[in-house]
Amino acid sequence: MNIDSIKNGIVIDHISAKRGMEIYEALKLENLDCSVAIITNARSKKMGKKDIIKIDKEMEIDVDMIGFIEPNATINIVKDGKLIKKYKVALPEKIINIANCQNPRCITSVEKDLDQVFVLTDKENKVYRCQYCEMSLK
Amino acid sequence: MKHLIDIKDLSVEEIDELMEVAKDIITNREKYSHKCDGKTIATLFFEPSTRTRLSFEAAMIGLGGQVLGFSEAASSSVSKGESVSDTIRVVGAYSDIIAMRHPKEGAPLVASLKSIVPIINAGDGGHNHPTQTLTDLLTIHCEKKRLDNLTIGLCGDLKFGRTVHSLITAMSRYKNIKFILISPKELVIPEYIKRDILDKNNIKYCETNDIEEYMNQLDVLYMTRVQKERFFNEDDYVRLKDYYILNKEKLKNAKDDLCIMHPLPRVNEIATDVDDDKRACYFKQVEYGKYIRMALILKLLEVK
Repeated sequence: MNIDSIKNGIVIDHISAKRGMEIYEALKLENLDCSVAIITNARSKKMGKKDIIKIDKEMEIDVDMIGFIEPNATINIVKDGKLIKKYKVALPEKIINIANCQNPRCITSVEKDLDQVFVLTDKENKVYRCQYCEMSLK
Repeated sequence: MKHLIDIKDLSVEEIDELMEVAKDIITNREKYSHKCDGKTIATLFFEPSTRTRLSFEAAMIGLGGQVLGFSEAASSSVSKGESVSDTIRVVGAYSDIIAMRHPKEGAPLVASLKSIVPIINAGDGGHNHPTQTLTDLLTIHCEKKRLDNLTIGLCGDLKFGRTVHSLITAMSRYKNIKFILISPKELVIPEYIKRDILDKNNIKYCETNDIEEYMNQLDVLYMTRVQKERFFNEDDYVRLKDYYILNKEKLKNAKDDLCIMHPLPRVNEIATDVDDDKRACYFKQVEYGKYIRMALILKLLEVK
């Protein structure tokens, strides 16, 4: 499949093989009313195998979420059948309400309506720590 | 408006400034006795800690201010299910500054995000206790006359001991510091402290389970209590609580100017025969705690 098979929409490329579904679920793409394609085990020179997600709709996308799950992914924006923008996602410095703190001693376990915030403290090892209790995210 | 949630909120320069003010308070108490006239500190202790609460209250009274608050969650609206955020908004209307202890880690940070007055973290679970760290720094500074070029022994519960983690973090910013980490294998310092603080800052350290092995090298010996409330399993606590007992005999090879510290309360980890030794500084440490809290209150209230 080629990206020009989409008229107006988004292609999330360079997803590690078998992780496409994880991103699909995290972005809640099942709630969209447009065509969404997940291609798994596509051949890739760089990665050997990769997954690709194609969304046939112009929309805002949670880049932090994608970066957190798959920091090597690329986002392609397609308009009128042409690639108009391409960029790599990165590990976000902060993630909000993407994961929950598992520390039973953390204030997030009892305080209502508190955002679950994790901060990137070690980029090399992809370590995120809870903003409140500093427990690392497993 | 500034809060103190984590010792890392303060730069080395700000800590030095607090030390200087605290030392000036020690020598000129009268000069400071009305600096906070008309000001009120609220001490919100969602878990009991009589010692820390009294220290904050004594500090504010020593500055001429007033005190209100509660000493346990049962006597506050928390028992009715009120959130930290709401409690802080309410108490902020009655006070100029809040010192808060909470069993949940990160609760003071949540408070600081909602508060209209400065928040001081007076301990949040096993996480941070920055005014204890400031107390420890002032004690070392006054007793050793320096905060650099020191070999510091940390003994006891290095796994859950937040005072130890904070002290390592704070001391790692000074030159030529070496740590001797003394603990049973079940309570060794967490890997992330070694990786993120000690290794990252090229700080020298040795690990041992023998309190006497490096005794002759130490400038400071910081004893800690094995805290029952940090254990999920009572058997582990019972097995480890008396692992180290510092006594005169164990100090026979120690330097004459060793500074023995303990955040208190102690249980058995320092025998009472050490109390009269001139190197025992743990009761002086309590007094230093009051002075550094006075300096901190002045700083956060921006009182000159």
